[in-house]
Amino acid sequence: MELKTIKTHAVPVRYIEAGKGTPLVYLHGAGGIQLGDPLLAKLAETHHVFAPLLPGYGDSEECANLRDMLDFTLHTADVIDALGLKDPILVGHSMGGMIAAEMAAIAPASISRLALICPAGLWLDDHPIPDLFAMLPYEMPQYLFHDVEAGTKIMTAGVELSDPEWLKGFLVMNARQMGMAGKILFPIPERGLSQRLYRIKAKTVIIWGDGDKLIPPAYAHAFKKAIAGAELVSIAEASHMVPIEKTNQVAAAISKLG
Amino acid sequence: MKFTWFNLMPWQDLPDDFREKHRSVWVDIDSRLFDPVRAHHLYNEYMDLLEYSSTLGFDGIGVNEHHQNGYGIMPSPNIIAAGLARRTKDTALVVLGNSIALYNPPVRVAEEFAMLDCISGGRLVAGFPVGTSMDTNYCYGQIPALTREKYMEAHELIKRAWDDPDPFAFNGRYNKLRHVNIWPRPVQKNMPIHIPGGGSVETYDFCIDNTYSYSYLSFSGYIRAKALLQGYWDRVAERNAPDDSPYRAGFAQTICVADTDEEAERLYSEHVSYFYNRCLHVYGGFADAPGYRTIKTIQTGALSQYAPPIDGYGHLTWKDLIEQGHVIAGSPETVRQRMEELIKGLRVGNIFCLMHVGNMPKDKCMYSTKLFAEKVMPKLRDMFPEYKDDNRFWCSPIGKQAVPGSLPTEQMVAAAVGGKD
Repeated sequence: MELKTIKTHAVPVRYIEAGKGTPLVYLHGAGGIQLGDPLLAKLAETHHVFAPLLPGYGDSEECANLRDMLDFTLHTADVIDALGLKDPILVGHSMGGMIAAEMAAIAPASISRLALICPAGLWLDDHPIPDLFAMLPYEMPQYLFHDVEAGTKIMTAGVELSDPEWLKGFLVMNARQMGMAGKILFPIPERGLSQRLYRIKAKTVIIWGDGDKLIPPAYAHAFKKAIAGAELVSIAEASHMVPIEKTNQVAAAISKLG
Repeated sequence: MKFTWFNLMPWQDLPDDFREKHRSVWVDIDSRLFDPVRAHHLYNEYMDLLEYSSTLGFDGIGVNEHHQNGYGIMPSPNIIAAGLARRTKDTALVVLGNSIALYNPPVRVAEEFAMLDCISGGRLVAGFPVGTSMDTNYCYGQIPALTREKYMEAHELIKRAWDDPDPFAFNGRYNKLRHVNIWPRPVQKNMPIHIPGGGSVETYDFCIDNTYSYSYLSFSGYIRAKALLQGYWDRVAERNAPDDSPYRAGFAQTICVADTDEEAERLYSEHVSYFYNRCLHVYGGFADAPGYRTIKTIQTGALSQYAPPIDGYGHLTWKDLIEQGHVIAGSPETVRQRMEELIKGLRVGNIFCLMHVGNMPKDKCMYSTKLFAEKVMPKLRDMFPEYKDDNRFWCSPIGKQAVPGSLPTEQMVAAAVGGKD
């Protein structure tokens, strides 16, 4: 697994590359993704995996010119072009799922296989999504993990709140990453996707932790209803971080696409 | 020196167990704590106090904008300022200010400030805050990382709406307007503008470049503000600004005056405690939406102005609040000394005097205000004699002002237009 850089129209993009086989592009969620990610590792056993970082994530350059959903969508299409890929399997988790669904709706002829892992992008008044942007770090595990204790351990590894330099670094990272995510997720993670989902022609697998407390499973059914022929794979004992909590089951569901 | 009597307009009836039972005074504060009939009396009381202070020699009376906030029940400062314009004279109306990124389109601000300036005869001192993250992002839904870009565009639009005598098209990213041509236009050709800031270099430069006054509106007092204002003055020097007039900067300070230091504690400590314990009880998750502050600002190490001290204000005693400078309180002489330290230490020509604190009743507020106006303020007037004629950051009212309520009597009307008497 390697971290590399590719030029695009908007900005140089950092991406993780791993494995061999059918090309697969993985779009990360608002929390970002790192080298060694267990799902990428699992997928890389059978696929040639590319996981581009959104500008501002990790050590990648920011891009003030990406402001709205269309900018994010076309930029990510540019990344796929720049990587020389044609119709890769497109996978997205949470915010990444929102972008992947937009890409498949805007250019249905370019995306024929789509996996959406508890994607953002819809809003149901009866099932309001908790405000991720108003959560303190210690409040997050209860929304993100089925096993809250284990999730807390994952999220607090390396945290040194009493060290001002660590704190400053954390705040900068958070501002870069969540500031970017906020452009399509704040204050409500909905940018009109529901009007466009009907355009998706891809074979689609929707994957959801059935205990998702951030984007509850009601949204899984809304996506399934809106995308013709979509298959829903519901995973027990998992919340929003299902790619970490049930890595093998998520990888198996994605592998239904080839 | 320019002294502005400033009122945040706090709700006075937050319960004793507010901190325990409620997570925030701001954004998602419980609406069941609000009583509109009580608010009727409170608004009128606060406007009375603003009007009262204008008779005591303060240079200005000040209002500001907050939303969904239990210590500031003033989502529209312009409404309050319009009321004050009619019942005051000579005093500047300091509206600090309108969060210009929140108005759609922002020509609304250009129009309303022009109206206030006309109604008051050129007494407006205007403010253009970016707005706190609580107001701008969490209450009004602006995308944090785009807020500043939208703010800058709004600023450009408002300035041009005031200055350009002809209709113009404005093709902004956030505002598309084919015919901008505001009526009315402001009285003042160079509207004095104050910009509340929280330590970002971008805001320092914005003020220096536009000859705006930089205001630090903190509740944590003048001692903690030293580094931030020093950063500003260093920047003024670094950028070769034409001068370092103290009127390029302003500061808000909680002030309580009594006959003696002991009397100040006896009279005011419960109200100061109400303010710091209940009014500033803001849920940490609302303090600073990621992307709202620039990376450069975070890297300077300046924490959010609304981030409370790590262990909160709750444990601070009256003595702590006084010693650490959060509050300047005591006898006129004590207050004078500390105000002098503040003014010289921060080099600020504009003082926003927070003389009403928390749930302070009007009689105590009037007492403290009058003592400050009569026994403190006159002794602080000539701190910067070399800049006494610097009027770039203050209003320039017209000479002969209209007198509200001066319609002719009905008999005079009848005589003039030939009706029956």
